[in-house]
Amino acid sequence: MSADFLYGIEVVINGLMAGVMYALVALGFVLIFKASGIFNYAQGVMALFAALTLVGVMEGQVPFSHLINAVFGTEIHHFGWTVPAFAAILVTLGVMIFFAWAVHTFVFRHLVGQEPIILFMATIGLAYFLEGVGDLMWGSDIKTLAVGLPQGGSLFVEDLTAGLGGDDFYGFFIDKLDMVATLVAIVLVAALIGFAQYTKQGRAMRAVADDHQAALSVGISLNYIWVLVWSLAGLVALVAGVMWGAKSGVQFSLSLIALKALPVLMLGGFTSIPGAIVGGLIIGVGEKLFEYMIGPMIGGATENWFAYVLALIFLVFRPQGLFGEKIIERV
Amino acid sequence: MLYREAGDFKTTYKADSQTFPIAFDRWRYWAVLAVAWLVIPFVINDYWANAILVPFLIYAIAAIGLNILTGYCGQVSLGTGGFMAVGAYACYKLMTSFPDVSMLVHILLAGGITAIVGAAFGLPSLRIKGFYLAVATLAAQFFLVWLFNKVSWFYNYSASGQINAPERFVFGHAVTGANTTPAAQYLICLLFVTGCALLARNLTRGTIGRSWMAIRDMDIAAEIIGVDPLKAKLTAFAVSSFFIGISGALFFAVYLGAVEVGEAFGINKSFLVLFMCIIGGLGSLFGSFAGAAFLVLLPVALKVLGVDVLGWPTQIVSHLQLVVVGGLIMFFLIKEPHGLAQMWRHIKEKLRLWPFPY
Repeated sequence: MSADFLYGIEVVINGLMAGVMYALVALGFVLIFKASGIFNYAQGVMALFAALTLVGVMEGQVPFSHLINAVFGTEIHHFGWTVPAFAAILVTLGVMIFFAWAVHTFVFRHLVGQEPIILFMATIGLAYFLEGVGDLMWGSDIKTLAVGLPQGGSLFVEDLTAGLGGDDFYGFFIDKLDMVATLVAIVLVAALIGFAQYTKQGRAMRAVADDHQAALSVGISLNYIWVLVWSLAGLVALVAGVMWGAKSGVQFSLSLIALKALPVLMLGGFTSIPGAIVGGLIIGVGEKLFEYMIGPMIGGATENWFAYVLALIFLVFRPQGLFGEKIIERV
Repeated sequence: MLYREAGDFKTTYKADSQTFPIAFDRWRYWAVLAVAWLVIPFVINDYWANAILVPFLIYAIAAIGLNILTGYCGQVSLGTGGFMAVGAYACYKLMTSFPDVSMLVHILLAGGITAIVGAAFGLPSLRIKGFYLAVATLAAQFFLVWLFNKVSWFYNYSASGQINAPERFVFGHAVTGANTTPAAQYLICLLFVTGCALLARNLTRGTIGRSWMAIRDMDIAAEIIGVDPLKAKLTAFAVSSFFIGISGALFFAVYLGAVEVGEAFGINKSFLVLFMCIIGGLGSLFGSFAGAAFLVLLPVALKVLGVDVLGWPTQIVSHLQLVVVGGLIMFFLIKEPHGLAQMWRHIKEKLRLWPFPY
């Protein structure tokens, strides 16, 4: 096999792994959208916030220390302890659950029954709010997230595959972190599907997604389910935040992964978990291949828009996405 | 007491269908115009022009444009930043290619070019609706910004990748470049704001505006009663982009003078203009002005309060600003989904009865 072809395969593999990361973010969107009809633009900022909180807790930072110092003229920054990663993840999860409760109680409970587009704009507001709160709480400098995930390329895979090509081929370069992320994503999706299928809460969740009023009439508490769903989205955001944060540092650009997840959702359909995964894989492979093959001809950096244009062209032919429910309009 | 329909008799159809049916509103309108045109240009200084008035006027045009698309025609767009960039780069290319033509023509032509681009990106709206469309307009945002970054023809092959506005004149006064007086900056923006507002007001209460609103309220029903969705949606995209293009051209040429596309016309600009429309009130021209004024004044007010009065670091104040803006968006959507314009309507209702409510 020629080296060029093998490098093409390497691009596809890396694209698949990037796609898994996109799917991870898209999952959070799908969960909330199915259960409450809210298209949660703040999902990316939630991932950023979760990662910031995790780093802050691990390093023992004092929350809002910059604000406190500015108001009272004090000089406090750290509690002076560090928290092990596992405990810190639990604390962060607690914070995300509290956040889910607060978001539901103070914002979205008052917006029930509004048009979807109003809800969408409210989540944009929420994204700004949460970003500001995250920066105020933990500071806006770039942080590194060290929870013990492996970094760098995998030598094992590289050595194993080096023999496939000729002399100019040195084996596949595959990031260890991407491999871990793929595993985690698979486990997470399996766990979510299991939760939705086999537990009482999961069944209630699916009932709410199916029909609010019918669910309400058989005694399912909508408030409880919505808080639960936002908490699950918080959990997904935490996982996505840890993976992306370990990959590229915890900083503002982390919240932009929401923008990466949007075309994934359009492609896969807003209501389908398999859609989010397949859409993520298509976008991941598509944008990497496009950048590899056509990118150099037109100036590169096509990854910013390719996913959107692909999704746009796709939607013109299938307006509800790959796996979305058929849109039926009545007058 | 003064704010009454009573006693103001309309004897012609023209008088009956005028924009401001209440006499007090008409006086107020002329008074605002008189102050804006005859008083402010003589008292304006550099700080007021650059920090408040010029950005307010420019964003008001952009907000009017987006309000036509989102508020009147119901098509949510997140591509405003990209379309402003089209206006800015079209204006730049025209300014450098035809240096002798008046700046007013360039700005209008820049709006026209943006209208064509906008209509092209509006084509998918015939198939895609709601959220899917909102996300699809992001394609315009990212693609256009990338295009202006990568294709060097657009910035005349300058090494920095920036575009810089050369000095141009209107009636012998510099309106772009380093020697522009604050009054000239202000007046050219005011000219376009007045023109755009008049145009928008008269479009939205005519046939075409009614067909936009029919599409917004329910597109299938509108189609059944004979509104052509192709025509209505594409004209909404074109007219909206025309205004947004003008505001982009003014933003680049008159206000900033030098622009780097990713920084000035990024996705944050799209959201900012959308927020202006929401806070001001969707489907209301007054709302576009109110929203633009609010979001231009808010950072200035917060900065004055936080940095100058309380002495906090600017970084913290800018974070607080995010919290406040985000919180206000949610607050408005919960308490008053129709924005500042709706509050103004309530005040007017109260004023009609004041001071003797029954």
